[in-house]
Amino acid sequence: MLRLPPFDVHLPDELGAALALLAKHGRQARPMQGGTDLVPNLKLGQTKLEHAVLLAGIDELHGIELDDGELRLGAATGLNALAQDPQVQAHLPALAFAASRIASPQIRSMGTLGGNLCLDTRCRYINQSELWRQALGGCLKSHGRECHVVPGGQGCVAALSSDTAPVLIAYGACVHIAGWQDSALVRRHIALADLYDSDGVRHLRLADAEIVTAVRVPLPSANVHVGYRKWAVRKSIDFPLISVALRLERSDTGSLLAGLLVVSVLGPRPRVIDLKALAGRTIDADLAKALGQMAFDRCRPLPNVPYDADYRRERLAVEVRRLCTEMLNL
Amino acid sequence: MTETAPVDSTFLDTTAAEPTRARRLVICRLQVNGEGVAVVAPVHWTLLELLRYQLGLIGSKQGCDKGDCGACTVLLDGKPTLSCITLAVAVQGRCVETVEGLGVGGEPHPLQREFAERGAAQCGFCTPGVLMSAAAYLDELSSSAEPVVRQADIAAALGGNLCRCTGYTKIFEAVHAAATQILQRSKALADTSTDDAS
Repeated sequence: MLRLPPFDVHLPDELGAALALLAKHGRQARPMQGGTDLVPNLKLGQTKLEHAVLLAGIDELHGIELDDGELRLGAATGLNALAQDPQVQAHLPALAFAASRIASPQIRSMGTLGGNLCLDTRCRYINQSELWRQALGGCLKSHGRECHVVPGGQGCVAALSSDTAPVLIAYGACVHIAGWQDSALVRRHIALADLYDSDGVRHLRLADAEIVTAVRVPLPSANVHVGYRKWAVRKSIDFPLISVALRLERSDTGSLLAGLLVVSVLGPRPRVIDLKALAGRTIDADLAKALGQMAFDRCRPLPNVPYDADYRRERLAVEVRRLCTEMLNL
Repeated sequence: MTETAPVDSTFLDTTAAEPTRARRLVICRLQVNGEGVAVVAPVHWTLLELLRYQLGLIGSKQGCDKGDCGACTVLLDGKPTLSCITLAVAVQGRCVETVEGLGVGGEPHPLQREFAERGAAQCGFCTPGVLMSAAAYLDELSSSAEPVVRQADIAAALGGNLCRCTGYTKIFEAVHAAATQILQRSKALADTSTDDAS
């Protein structure tokens, strides 16, 4: 039995009120949507808070709209709703697929897009019970000074396990952020890839009173193809142990104009590899092999999540090759 | 609407070694198995704690208690939801269905009957959660334009429920049988009403 430590809960119905609460309570407050990441983390004592600010009642955070050549996805969009939305399926099929592969049916009916993008980082040490962790003492992410998964590690390398982040980066998505400064609502937007930092303790480049309100994704043109693959031990429930998203822009003659390879679950932020070195090559089985080799050479999975790191590195090359092969006939 | 007595203090502050301030209590108003209830509970309680410790509905199980195993699955506005990681205060005004509300008028639901007849429950701990996920699958199946019972869909719908006894085969068989039965029954009903109309 895991009981939640006591905290207060707020249910604002306006964005400004939510941000004012977050600003007032600072680090002691956290925004919460489905709670599928935050509540287990609170139960494990990995995260502590005094005030939970529930965002479900804020209308502005909901909805999927086509607007000026972009699809606007509200941060409170449910993961099942995202996977089953006809507009998402038509314009961003790889995102619909990635959302349909997150965790379990229950988690998908509770969790939201904003929550999946802002998932806390995970590792083999921190995602254990408080009692289990006490045996080794704290770590870089939990009031300690040493890393228990990468001996001698100076920075926290807990991994981002979001399924939607890599595929949305491949689609060129931008996140809209709302904050609270001098008692006023302030808005900004940044490329999704820039939301993530390399410090696993604080991997989101968000200020204390800032939340993600929406994601805007430019509709890809007909020659742009995006795909996603996730490797996990089980087909359901599990977080990815390696995930890859691939964007290929194809010329009229079938060669590669430009592309991106996004590899996730390496560390706190997805690795984005520009494929300009391969521009001009025919998109075929040889390119799939070259991409797999490139991923193997450029990425070194760490022993931060379960499974052998060397195996994950080999597996990464295979997943990239398979993903590209799947996309050859698009 | 049923107003319950104030919260049983034995369940308060089990985790805080030295409470530093009074914990806030709230009245949660929601529909549980078709009945409106108003329950007083600490504001940080989960829906599962509310169901089990305030309403006495102990069918939903406290398994892993962190959203992995699915034993606590209930339907929230018809969608399968993990009550162990849902805050009770967040479901104000919404409809919760638990395994206790599955059968009607003392009669077991077709799923429950098939589970019993086919030995789909062994130790039984996961069964209430599995039944609720299966009930959500049956609702979705019944509302689809061309319902077809597929093994792969059943496995996907039950993908968030762990069972350490059965190996899932008998569970899938029982859900398949109940789904087929329900589709046949609704087809027979539709045929009868077409006959009546003609």
